Amino acid sequence: MEDNAKMEQFQQRIDAGEKIEPKDSMPEKYRKQLIRMISQHAHSEIVGMLPEGNWITRAPSLQRKLSLIAKVQDEAGHGLYLYCAAETLGIDRDELVQQLLDGKAKYSSIFNYPTLTWADIGVIGWLVDGAAIVNQTMLAKASYGPYSRAMIRICKEENFHKRQGMEIVATMAAGVPAQKKMAQDAVNRWWWPSLMMFGPHDSDSPNSGVLLKWKVKTKTNDELRQRFVNLTVPQARAMGLSIPDPNLKYDPETKNWNFGEIDWDEFYQVIKGNGPCNEERIEARRKAHRDGAWVRDAAAAYAAKHADKSNVA
Amino acid sequence: MSEQKKSTAPDSGDGALWEIFVQEKQGAPHLHAGSLHAPDAEMALQNARDVYARRGRVLSIWVVPAVAITASSPEDDGPFFEPGNDKVYRHPQFYKVPRGVKVF
Repeated sequence: MEDNAKMEQFQQRIDAGEKIEPKDSMPEKYRKQLIRMISQHAHSEIVGMLPEGNWITRAPSLQRKLSLIAKVQDEAGHGLYLYCAAETLGIDRDELVQQLLDGKAKYSSIFNYPTLTWADIGVIGWLVDGAAIVNQTMLAKASYGPYSRAMIRICKEENFHKRQGMEIVATMAAGVPAQKKMAQDAVNRWWWPSLMMFGPHDSDSPNSGVLLKWKVKTKTNDELRQRFVNLTVPQARAMGLSIPDPNLKYDPETKNWNFGEIDWDEFYQVIKGNGPCNEERIEARRKAHRDGAWVRDAAAAYAAKHADKSNVA
Repeated sequence: MSEQKKSTAPDSGDGALWEIFVQEKQGAPHLHAGSLHAPDAEMALQNARDVYARRGRVLSIWVVPAVAITASSPEDDGPFFEPGNDKVYRHPQFYKVPRGVKVF
């Protein structure tokens, strides 16, 4: 049982816009929700390296290859910032990593779709990182200090990802008909999964209420999704690409781009593990973890050996 | 309400936790950037460069074992910092300036 007075006090701090720090008193449910959310976010960054890493060896030029390597390295860094933020809540990174390897942890459903062509790399930067920025700009204001600080750091770097993606897409969209067709095909495949990244409708989102109350989030899934659509549709038009939604229509009154219904069956299937690449992604993570074991062992052995020496001296 | 549990269990391979401080401008203080795992100080420094200094801007990095940091606790908030709160005479605004004198 949580002490009512303490709960009240906590809510007052939140309402006053104060940031909660690791050693502060907090409701157990707040801690649990944050661990769930931050670790899922961290896993998403780590798994997010895989669909793109897939194209590093096949990038069409040296410059594109350098950019893609830098972007993938950033994703690894973002995963690390977030695991650190989760650890301040009293959980070990090892435990979180193990949950991912065991297939027990959730991560963003978007990374269970395959990257079939080079255009996918552009579209991922533009749409997937674009959607992530909309979400993360909000999370940079989250009430939990370490999460908010990690997000601020990530947002600063994420803009490069979006811009490099947009440049790839724009270049292809302005290219020969085959390139333009390839870009449009990638948009067609990634558009709906990108909208799904914001999660279920507010009415079907079990965690939204408490996250808003505690200002972990300050906007709802549907609000963020609408903001993303409003930002992205004009960009697509400027590049001469179409959005695969016959119901997309501008409403001059609300200044929103209204869009069609998302295929929620597909969303829940992918979340349950039945997406096109779920197994492949986790297996790739397991292999990377196994293949890296000797590096971790060697570093630990080296550190132990030198620690012994310094004790003797 | 629960308090933070700091894990004291030996690490299973990733190494100890290090807190990272970076200096981004000459003459500026080192500020806390985040933390990371590493088996020793040398690797902590190298990892810190890769994780917290990927885009230039950083001039210097400190790595500190997280266990070496002793922090004040939130319960100290009142009494611990009280001596700094009740001395208005430490602030220049406490003092009257003679008429006609320009302070700056």
